[in-house]
Amino acid sequence: MARDGEDAGMVKAAKVKRQRKKKTKENKTRTVHANILYDNAKGEENPNRHYANNKIKTTKYTLLSFLPKNLFEQFHRFANVYFVFIALLNFVPVVNAFQPELALAPVVFILSVTAIKDLWEDYRRHRSDKEINHMDCLVYSRVERRYVEKYWKEVRVGDFIRLRCNEILPADVLLLTSSDPDRLCHIETATLDGETNLKQRQVVRSFFDLDCDFDPTKYNSIIECEKPNNDLNRFRGYIIHRSGRRDALYKENLLLRGCTIRNTEEAVGIVIYAGHETKAMLNNNGPRYKRSKLERQMNVDVFWCVIILLVMCLFAAVGHGLWMFQYGDKRPVFDVLSPEGTDLSPIMSAIYLFLTMIIVFQVLIPISLFVSIEIVKICQVFFIHQDMDLYDEETDSHLQCRALNITEDLGQMQYIFSDKTGTLTENKMVFRRCTVAGVEYSHDANARRLAMYQEMDSEEEECTSHGGTLPRRDSVTSHQSARVVLRSQSTKSHRRTGSRAEAKRASILSKHTAFSSPMEKDITPDPQLLDKVNECSSQMDFMRFHSQPMSQLPSDLSDIIDFFIALTICNTVVVSSPNQPRQKVRMRFELKSPVKTIEDFIKRFTPSRLTSGSNSSSSSSLITNRSSNRGCSSILSSPSAESTLTKLDEEKPPNLEHTFSPVPPCYSEKAWAVAEGELRYEAESPDEAALVYAARAYKCSLVGRLPDQVTVELPHLGKLSFELLHTLGFDSTRKRMSVVVRHPLTDQITVYTKGADSVIMDLIKPPNTGNSKGKRQKKIVYRTQNYLNLYAADGLRTLCIAKKVLTKEEYACWLQRHLEAETAIQGREELLFESALRLETNLHLLGATGIEDRLQDGVPETIASLRKAGLQIWVLTGDKQETAVNIAYACKLLEPEEEILTLNADSQEACALLLEESLHYIQAKFLCSSADHAAKAFTANFAPFEIYPSSSPSSSSVPFMVHRLGLVIDGRTLAYALDKSLEDKFLAVARSCRSVLCCRSTPLQKSMVVKLVRNKLKVMTLAIGDGANDVSMIQVADVGVGISGQEGMQAVMASDFALPRFRYLQKLLLVHGHWCYSRLANMILYFFYKNAMFVALIFWYQFYCGFSGSAMIDQWYLIFFNLMFSAFPQLITGTLDKDVSAETLQQLPQLYISGQNSEEYKPYMFWMNMIDAFYQSLVCFFIPYFAYADSDVDLFTWGTPITTLALFTILLHLGIETKTWTWMNWLSISFSIALFFTVALCYNASCPTCYSPSNPYWTMQRLLQDPLFYFLCVITPVTALLPRYFYRACQGTLFPSPVQVGRQLDKLPAETRRNILSLSRVKVGSPLSTKPPFLSLAKPLPKGSNKTEKGSFPSPKASQGSILQTHDTRKCHKRSQSEPLGPKHSEKSLSDLYTLMSTEGDTLPYTKDSQCLDKTLDVSVSSWITSTPQTDSVELPPDRGSSQCVRYTRNSEEGLGSEPSVHQPGRRTEQRPEPASLTTS
Amino acid sequence: MIAAMMASSYNAKEEDGHHSGSSSHGGAGAVKSKKPDNTAFKQQRLPAWQPILTAGTVLPAFFVIGLIFIPIGIGLYVTSNNIKEFEVDYTGVDINSPCYSCAKNFSWNSTQSCVCSVNFTLEQPFESNVFMYYGLSNFYQNHRRYVKSRDDSQLNGDLSALMNPSKECEPYRTNDGLPIAPCGAIANSLFNDTLDLYYVDSNSTKTPIPLAKKGIAWWTDKHVKFRNPSGNTNLTVTFQGTTKPVNWRKPVYELDPSEADNNGFINEDFIVWMRTAALPTFRKLYRIIQKKSGTTPTLPSGRYILDITYNYPVLSFDGRKRMILSTISWMGGKNPFLGIAYITVGSICFFLGVVLLIIHHKYDTRNNSADIPN
Repeated sequence: MARDGEDAGMVKAAKVKRQRKKKTKENKTRTVHANILYDNAKGEENPNRHYANNKIKTTKYTLLSFLPKNLFEQFHRFANVYFVFIALLNFVPVVNAFQPELALAPVVFILSVTAIKDLWEDYRRHRSDKEINHMDCLVYSRVERRYVEKYWKEVRVGDFIRLRCNEILPADVLLLTSSDPDRLCHIETATLDGETNLKQRQVVRSFFDLDCDFDPTKYNSIIECEKPNNDLNRFRGYIIHRSGRRDALYKENLLLRGCTIRNTEEAVGIVIYAGHETKAMLNNNGPRYKRSKLERQMNVDVFWCVIILLVMCLFAAVGHGLWMFQYGDKRPVFDVLSPEGTDLSPIMSAIYLFLTMIIVFQVLIPISLFVSIEIVKICQVFFIHQDMDLYDEETDSHLQCRALNITEDLGQMQYIFSDKTGTLTENKMVFRRCTVAGVEYSHDANARRLAMYQEMDSEEEECTSHGGTLPRRDSVTSHQSARVVLRSQSTKSHRRTGSRAEAKRASILSKHTAFSSPMEKDITPDPQLLDKVNECSSQMDFMRFHSQPMSQLPSDLSDIIDFFIALTICNTVVVSSPNQPRQKVRMRFELKSPVKTIEDFIKRFTPSRLTSGSNSSSSSSLITNRSSNRGCSSILSSPSAESTLTKLDEEKPPNLEHTFSPVPPCYSEKAWAVAEGELRYEAESPDEAALVYAARAYKCSLVGRLPDQVTVELPHLGKLSFELLHTLGFDSTRKRMSVVVRHPLTDQITVYTKGADSVIMDLIKPPNTGNSKGKRQKKIVYRTQNYLNLYAADGLRTLCIAKKVLTKEEYACWLQRHLEAETAIQGREELLFESALRLETNLHLLGATGIEDRLQDGVPETIASLRKAGLQIWVLTGDKQETAVNIAYACKLLEPEEEILTLNADSQEACALLLEESLHYIQAKFLCSSADHAAKAFTANFAPFEIYPSSSPSSSSVPFMVHRLGLVIDGRTLAYALDKSLEDKFLAVARSCRSVLCCRSTPLQKSMVVKLVRNKLKVMTLAIGDGANDVSMIQVADVGVGISGQEGMQAVMASDFALPRFRYLQKLLLVHGHWCYSRLANMILYFFYKNAMFVALIFWYQFYCGFSGSAMIDQWYLIFFNLMFSAFPQLITGTLDKDVSAETLQQLPQLYISGQNSEEYKPYMFWMNMIDAFYQSLVCFFIPYFAYADSDVDLFTWGTPITTLALFTILLHLGIETKTWTWMNWLSISFSIALFFTVALCYNASCPTCYSPSNPYWTMQRLLQDPLFYFLCVITPVTALLPRYFYRACQGTLFPSPVQVGRQLDKLPAETRRNILSLSRVKVGSPLSTKPPFLSLAKPLPKGSNKTEKGSFPSPKASQGSILQTHDTRKCHKRSQSEPLGPKHSEKSLSDLYTLMSTEGDTLPYTKDSQCLDKTLDVSVSSWITSTPQTDSVELPPDRGSSQCVRYTRNSEEGLGSEPSVHQPGRRTEQRPEPASLTTS
Repeated sequence: MIAAMMASSYNAKEEDGHHSGSSSHGGAGAVKSKKPDNTAFKQQRLPAWQPILTAGTVLPAFFVIGLIFIPIGIGLYVTSNNIKEFEVDYTGVDINSPCYSCAKNFSWNSTQSCVCSVNFTLEQPFESNVFMYYGLSNFYQNHRRYVKSRDDSQLNGDLSALMNPSKECEPYRTNDGLPIAPCGAIANSLFNDTLDLYYVDSNSTKTPIPLAKKGIAWWTDKHVKFRNPSGNTNLTVTFQGTTKPVNWRKPVYELDPSEADNNGFINEDFIVWMRTAALPTFRKLYRIIQKKSGTTPTLPSGRYILDITYNYPVLSFDGRKRMILSTISWMGGKNPFLGIAYITVGSICFFLGVVLLIIHHKYDTRNNSADIPN
């Protein structure tokens, strides 16, 4: 497996090389001609001949190349080369130690196992390739003048392909024509990115107007496009027509290989990229290969083994030289001459012997270790894969391990970097509330409805905790009765189908949509707002009826209707009907293309046609237009503007009234009444859909969307079709999207913009304060901003809705430049961006929405337990600061009793200053608590056992850690802080904070933060995220985890592990990570021990055979000992051993710390194991030595018992180290022993003359008759294992590791355990804390003071932060045992804290008028505080426990009207901590 | 292996996930839940015994081991002590030694054998069968190249190997163009001293003690491993075309002139020698003195004379030669080590048990649920 990654790399490298060669010919672009033009020409003249054909070959080998290539690859691993070298060394007669053929056996065995595995995998790939290569598609043939069926592999670049509905695309195809009247083609990209919604692709524009059937023979354009690349979302190029005209090509024109054509009967395209050059194939890289920390550590020790080996060989060589030397010239009879009969000098023999010893001792470098580790890891992956707890029923997905060899890294994580949206939250956007024209509609009923879902969740999933619910403002009790009713209804409906999860899953499976749960769709409208909407629309209806201009409508009412129209149309939602899945709802009242050219614009907006809205006459005009085009053979002759204009002028303009009834009500009702309620919306981002559903709740429903028009149904007004002039899509730099429509009622060109509040608010037209309207406008802006802050504080995602009315001249002017930008080839993106900026200015604010992104189930619990496990959790999000902070509170990332350092700076200097201040502040905090213990805690790593000399109850008064700080930093400041000059300071601050929250961070920043922490702090990092913006961070981290959620598969593709939900991280890390780590660590240590012990036996023997390299162990045993006799039990233990049960591991996350500190495998342990191995081998050697001293025993009759004893000792050693004995362990150990004796007996009975030199005929049989053998077998293992056994027993009693305490918990009866654990969960600190085992070690403890905290974790150096925290929490918890527990903060401090949050919002640039705001804030904040998640805090006695030095908060007075960057440091100094009253209760 | 298979299947699935996925997509495929099986094995919930090593749980084991080992040790020690053993070094290093001159002058090249006699006295009579060993010290029969230097096929009577011995025998493979039988360094260095034992009774008459030379080799060696080449009737004919090892005086078929079927490769002295010793100080069984019927001891106490035909030079490598007389018990020759080892280990275990008991009482008195804070 390890090699696969490399191979992929190699293959790719080769490919790149090939491409590079081509590049010289082709320079930067690819030019594609149609193949049919060259069909009759010779192959060499075809300009497309250089491009890869569509045949794919993912296999690595051919029949011929398999053996050499596979061997070559295997020899890339150093270990294999080493063992082959040793095996070959055996063929040199002077140095050979074993029979040469036999010495090859292990290497050949290992190589062939791997080769067979590779072969099998390759065969599977070959089969799947073949299947794919032989799929059919229709390719145009010049000879037959029609489309003929061909295999995929025969498709070439430049071929014309005809695609039918539900066909899979064989290659990357440029869409030239489609049967769809809109010239669209819908594709499903699920196989590429996992997104299930349909994507629209457009026919290349110059082919757009071609109504006649596309005739490939007439095609004579040339396509210039980019070189093949793997960016799925990028395609640029242009098409050059014969006339010399160029048309730009976009990614919307390209159909990607692997996608499926949907909803389109037929489409024709030309192949641009084929085979391995398609984007899908370029994106398809195999499993990833990473080297885990444990493996790195292991490699160091393998290196040490090499040193030990060389030392031993050298020692033996010198010994042999001396031994030879002592005989001088008189050669004794037993010193045989070399085969040639020549005499060797002592020095030469020593040199030869050195090589011989390397062969004899080769086992010290564990050949089987690498194979065993791979096997064990794969079994671990299998078990992780099989875990039911990691299976998500809703999505029918379970955890995927995409990287197979870093499972044990999961047990060693120290930092978690998490995305917020979609990772912590569900990324299921639910409309919560909105504000329109400065009036807030709180949607109480909606909130209740959501609360109900929440409860149902917890009820049905038996999730008892309510900690995960978001703070709710409304008091719950007053609506209880209503809720009961509601719940009984909905639960009834769910009970019918069984569990809710099942129901959800069923709905997902049947409808293929992710956005279908009733929670998201059924929005309960606010009655007040609903009334207004009704009123407004009825007025409009009235006005329309009376032909009054719409501008007479009161502005607040028009704002409301505009608001909903914006919600409905300003998006990219696709409407579909569930009855015909995947069938786009067609509602075509007219045929009209969107404005694409300036001629088009003139055509449509000439005064005569101004009123043509959506009536039949206009469509007929276009039809004539089209039909006039139909005859033409070339699509290139676009109608000239003039001719069109004249043509249009001749037509009779339709009258005004007609426009106002675009859809006769009766018609619409008939057609749509049935399907109305069942329309489904598919959106690219969930919040778009949420808004559309919200609008639908107010009867403003989106009923159809076409590229050029949007149809909306409004109450009283019926269906209105908005002519869609332009869509400026969402992008992350603009953070907004806009649509330009022609309003059918007012006939104005209107821009609706929806976007992040921070950007929209900047684009609002500054109100003219002179008149009342302007004042009102100003007020609205302020109010809206105020509400926005509240929404954010509530953890809602906020969006602002604005509009702008354009005059035709303005629009024409803008359009002119926009079209220029669109057709530009160089720098098109920038130009389009600028163009969008020009449009989106001077907006009129309509309102704002608050969308709730609900926390995923169990997120707060997961975070809490991960944190208890000593993991530092950083959240990196693109969301705004307030939203992020509040989500952080909701998911318990920040806790109310925590202080928060907020870093917002707008210059490098300010940032430096802020960091400096924060550092001082943190240090000051240390000092302030130094009177007590914190200072000592600070120096804990120097004197680990002196931290809390005697914790008498009175002195333990610092319940909070110095590290109990939260750091909030925004993207801009982060950019400064990540600068080389400041990064160290930033890290210093950040690492002393318990949680870090980076808001508004870009994907690049995310990865920079991860990289910084990983490289500078030398810690293990895990990044978890779900979206494309997390990919870079996932790739940078040691372990990347992707959430296979709603945002496609990019994150999953980049990840090492893919989880269905965030909360599974808990089990993955705490249980599987811990297990994998401890299993592998123990197995590796055991391997080193085992080999060293076995080899040392032979080493000791050298002292008794003249250092001649002789071995008393039969060479067969020697070679197969590792491979067979002792191999299975360790594999079983390495796969199945559980040091602590899963339940306990999850309930006591503290046990994870052992993995973080690498406590199972520390460098000294290797040496301890080596020493133990040498001791044990001494015992195993010398007991038989003395027992057989001066007897007539022969070499192998003496060696065989030693082998047996070593086997027993090694197996029993494993037994001591095995924590869980299942029948598999028993079986494997007995199997090993049985195997040894069976093999030995058969081997010893098989051949009287073979197996030179040992010739062990009947040896074992005789041994078994010898009582001495049995006596040896009893005493030797006992003696050998005595020290270890004794040590383990003492360790278990005197200084047990936390892990062992966990195991002891396991042993308790379930009942008791549950009690203890539940008890401990209530506590803040670690339940282990009060266990005596943690304490002892240090000397004289007063009786009964067993419960004092003593250095339980010896010298926590690396991650002292977490350790200290444990100490402290324990301390605090110990003291507070007898007292009511709960968040330790007073109401006051809480309010302070939240005021801080809100005032920070105030300092946003556009809310300068703080006075008017202040009032609203006061009200809202106070009302809100009562419903914060920590409501129970109110019951607490004030002041209780919150005796930390100084709460670092800012008062609201300070916050107002001040420039944040200038004042913040100042404020902080004002708050300079003084030792506060350390209250103890 | 099973694991490997499982792994590779998993891996392959992973790797070609993309395109196989796309190919199967068209068929819509039966929707099959991926839910893992809820079996104890797959969920890692196999019933298990989870021993926890603490002083409390371990100390019974120590006491049990101690209690079992000490009696065994005593038993073994007593058994070993009951064995009678007598040893005579006849190397002739000392100038007073009767074999001094033989040792001094003798080398492999000597053609004439040297004879010397050693007198010794047995203080105690040897009751049961007495085994007569010769012992060599500092003789590295376990040297790597020495151990290999033999041809088992030849010794097994393989005719082709007889005439064309294995390369392993080099440089003792051929001599003067003729294959050596038996080839190799081991055979070449065959121990060829002859030992004769005489009992000197009170009136100084020498009574030879009958020494049985049958049954000193392993039965399997004598009957399976070592065989003369076929055509057993006349060994001289059989071994025609071969030559004797360089150091040998007599060819292999004349090793035992007294007994015809103890010649060739199946000569028991030869077989015993060919079983290379494990350690540089070793003994090899030379003769067996069968117990006489009745109550007379096999070897009564008294004076004995050992006549040695001194053929085997050991002084060049500082070797020693000994003659050992020993009775044996059910567990072999005299060796008090194992008994002592059992007693020692037993005692240590007992002692450690006590230490653990103390530790247990001092630090481990809690029972697990009692120490939970309340």
